[in-house]
Order: sequence, then structure tokens, then C-alpha cells
Amino acid sequence: MAKQYETVIGLEVHVELATETKIFCGCSTKFGGAPNTHTCPVCTGMPGSLPVLNKKVVEYALALGLAANCQINQYCRFDRKNYFYPDNPQNYQISQLYLPICHDGWLEIQTSGGTKKVRIHEMHMEEDAGKLIHDEWEDCSLVDYNRSGVPLIEIVSEPDMRTSEEVIAYLEKLRMICQYLGVSDCKLQEGSMRADVNLSVREVGSGRLGTRTEMKNLNSFKAISHAIEGERERQIELLEEGREVIQETRRWDDNKESSYAMRSKEDAKDYRYFPDPDLQPVSISTEWMNEIKSRQPEFQEEKAARYQKEYELSKYDANILTQSKHMADIFEETAGFCGNPKKAANWLMGETMRLMKEKSMEPEDLSFSPKHLADLILAIERGEINQQNAKKVFAAIMDEDVEPISYMKEKGLLMVSDSGAIETAVDEVLAANPKTVEEFHSGKEKVLGFLVGQVMKKMKGKADPAKVNELLRKKL
Amino acid sequence: MSGRKIDDATMDNVEILAKLALSPQERQKAMDEMEKILDYVEKLNELDTNQAEPLVHILPEVNVFREDVVTNGDGREESLANAPKSKDGQYIVPKTV
Repeated sequence: MAKQYETVIGLEVHVELATETKIFCGCSTKFGGAPNTHTCPVCTGMPGSLPVLNKKVVEYALALGLAANCQINQYCRFDRKNYFYPDNPQNYQISQLYLPICHDGWLEIQTSGGTKKVRIHEMHMEEDAGKLIHDEWEDCSLVDYNRSGVPLIEIVSEPDMRTSEEVIAYLEKLRMICQYLGVSDCKLQEGSMRADVNLSVREVGSGRLGTRTEMKNLNSFKAISHAIEGERERQIELLEEGREVIQETRRWDDNKESSYAMRSKEDAKDYRYFPDPDLQPVSISTEWMNEIKSRQPEFQEEKAARYQKEYELSKYDANILTQSKHMADIFEETAGFCGNPKKAANWLMGETMRLMKEKSMEPEDLSFSPKHLADLILAIERGEINQQNAKKVFAAIMDEDVEPISYMKEKGLLMVSDSGAIETAVDEVLAANPKTVEEFHSGKEKVLGFLVGQVMKKMKGKADPAKVNELLRKKL
Repeated sequence: MSGRKIDDATMDNVEILAKLALSPQERQKAMDEMEKILDYVEKLNELDTNQAEPLVHILPEVNVFREDVVTNGDGREESLANAPKSKDGQYIVPKTV
């Protein structure tokens, strides 16, 4: 019988913090600046420059650690990780090895297999490296240090995941917590969230871990899933052939959908870690921790529960709306302005999410005013616009955040409530379709729909179909 | 020489990590010097440090922080003035892949 294998996965996730400045200097962290415009002697590793820690980085790390049920090292410090590569101008990365700020936490994830706790080994603060661009034409590489020194938190999980579904659930949970806390926008495509996958396989029932590989360059959930499936198969094949898995770092190629070996994994001792003498230790008082704790927002589970109670939403709706804090904020404001939470939820989960999918937008990209959606909902309730035209108005709200009432007037989308105009249209349609009228009188009630449609066409959709219906019946 | 701490395998690894290609003479010299450094540091093991608290930093201060406010402007020209070679506002380095 064929052997049964189990996949064992642990993750190292890097999250870029949403601070204004870098971790050790006053340079901006803004994305997309011209190369090297956000640099100074500190983040380009000039001799004699001195790093000074950004207080916000400590606060963000504490907030994330507390939200992920971690223990806090109330006395922590920074260490130098030495390696030579041009993206790292100091020849060492300032990181934390001996006393990371947070350790021993956990996150709870939901998958089709149920609820599971994934343990977090540790979280530490460190600096990002610069960006290398490989010159196609000349035999050289170009370096941009704008990203050098941008603050990161690295979250190291225990090898507690067994499937790609669990991995994605863990990453989504982590991303949601970061976004709720506002510590990072966690965009995989832009690199503000990066996941390295440590994976090994072993025979089911074996208590020992197999040799693991680390996969890098995974910048979408899809790539992560594919890389996990591919690496699992590659390792099983090696073992089936009686060969060994080599501990190494592999780079995922999204176009080829396969990975290749980058380098054999360096041992921790190769990095010659030692405490950074340029940086004073960080001492975190219990009061400081409590203060951070007291500022924690209402997280997704609590929010979803409140929506069910306060707004009488279904569990499903409450869950969907709270996946993104930004979406939840839009919902609450819209519901507040229009006083109709159910309608607000329907617009956000229906038309908004449909358009977001069409434009491949993330909830964080939504920038319209909740007041405008609320005004549109109220206009529908007052019978000033029909559902069809309301969708057109909403598309304009999504795109340009237009004020719906003046937009409706300007585009002539307001309903005609003047029954005189509708009556004229009804008369014209009846006169133009004597045959259909006859059919109706001979008992074919179904043709009424056709007549309503004709009147609506004449009114360019700006009449209340119920009213048209009523008038038609009266005239017939 | 017996009991050498820096053998050829160790030296090979150090060369890889430091990205150095040494001539045989340089290599021998480096190995001898590293041997001496290790012997020197070895002396510290003679001290009994069981009762000593680890010293984390030479200065007693903790929590030396900056507020999260941008204080630096465009430092490109100043930074690139230190680059032996540059192109399009970027440092030129030997090809890395």
C-alpha cells in the first residue's frame, strides 16, 4: 500500500508597518518615491551614523502581540544579523534574536475542518532591506534604498499548519488583525505583507519532523497555495525515490509555477548575531502595556456579534461585512445616516462587492462617502428613483463619489411622480397597441407586462412600475 | 600544528560568508591571525561568570525613542555622493543574479 504523507507547515510572515517614518531615522516610508530620495546616512549605513528607535514601531509591535495572545518580553533589545548583500548597506540587518518583543502567542483559525489554534513562536521588530533592480542591458544591478530601514514585524508561527487552506486562513486572520489595528495595510502584491513558507513532509503517524525547505517570493494567496502543493509533491517524490530532502531556500516562480533552489540555508551561527551596541534596550512597563491594551479596537468577532444584535443582520451578513474594518466602518456610517441597516448591508454586499470584483479592488480601496450611499438609499425609499437607475447612480458614487441627488437631477434620472405625464404615456401605448389590448380583454392577463414595459420605455425608466400598472388597469 | 581551531573547512566557510577570495598566502595569514584571536578570547573562559548578570548595554539608559515624524527631506544627492558609481539616481553594484 502506498505510504500516506502529512504536510507540516510553519510560516514566517513579514508585515511592513504603516508608520510615517523608518524604524531608526526620520526618513519617510512613503511608497513609490523616486529612487533613493528617502534616504539619509542612517538608512544607507554610513559609518558614524546612529540609529534612534521609532517609538511607534514598539507600540505597533505591542498592539499586534497582545492581539495575538502573546507574552511580552518587557525587557527587549536589538541584535545585528550579519550578511553581505548589496540590498543591505550596513552589512548587517538590525533585528531581534535573543529577546524578541513578543513570544508564545496563538491565533484561532476557521477552516472546513473546524476551528484550530495556530501557535505563534515569536514576533520581532526589524528593518527592511533596499530594493535591487537587475539591469538588463549592462552587467550590473541597481540599488534603491528607499525601503531600507522601513519597519517590519516578523511573525514566526510554530509548524502547526497541515494544508494550504489552513495557511490561507492563518494569513487572512493575521491580515485582518493588522488592518483592524491599523498597524499595516498588508497588501501581498505590494509587498507590505510577505510570507515565507517552511514546509516538510512526514509519514502519517510519525512523531518526527522531516527536513524542511523555505519558500520565498510568494506574493498572492494563489501562489502560496500552488507553491505548497508543488513543494509537497516534490518532497514526497524525493522520499519515494529513497533520496533526501535538502534543507534549502527555494524561490517560487509564479510564471513557471515551480520553485528552484536559491541557496542552502545558512545556519543561525553564520549570521554571527550579537547585541547592537548602538541601540539602548527597550523597557516596557506594565502601564504602557495596559495603555496599548485599552486602545485595542473592537475586533471582527465582537463586531459581527454586535451587528447581529444591534442591526439584526444575519450571521452570514455580519461576518462578510466585518472581514474588513474599512468596510465595517462604511456600513456603520451608512446605516447611521439612512436608518436602514438591512438596506445598507444589501448595497455593500451586493452592488459594491460586485463592482469591487469587476475592478479588482480591495475593501481598503473604497473611498466614497457613506453619506452619499445613504442619500441614495433614502431616495429609493421615497420613490424618487427606481432600482435600475439607482445602480447607475451608485456606479458614479463608487467612481467619483458624486452627490446622488444633484447627480440624479443632472442626468435626468429622477422619477416622474406627476401622474399626468404617466397617463399621457399610458394613453399613447394603449392607442398604439390595439391588438394587445384586445388580447387582454379576452383574458390574456399576461400581456399586461408587455404594456407596462412599453410605458416604462416611453418614460425612459423614470416611472414607478407599480403606478404604471395601476393606471393601465384603470384605463383598460 | 595540533589542535587548530581554524581548519581548512572553517576557512572555506568564512570565505563564502565574507565573499572573499584569498590568495594562499593571505589565507594562511588570516588563519594564523584568527587562531590568535580565538586563543586570546579563550582567556575569558577562565573567569567564573555564573554569578554575574549579563550586561545588555554599556549605558544605563533605556527607551531612547524618536517620535514618528518625518524630519529628513530628499537625501538622494547626499547619499549618492558616496557611491563609486551611480545611474538614474541609483547605486550601481556588481550583478547579483
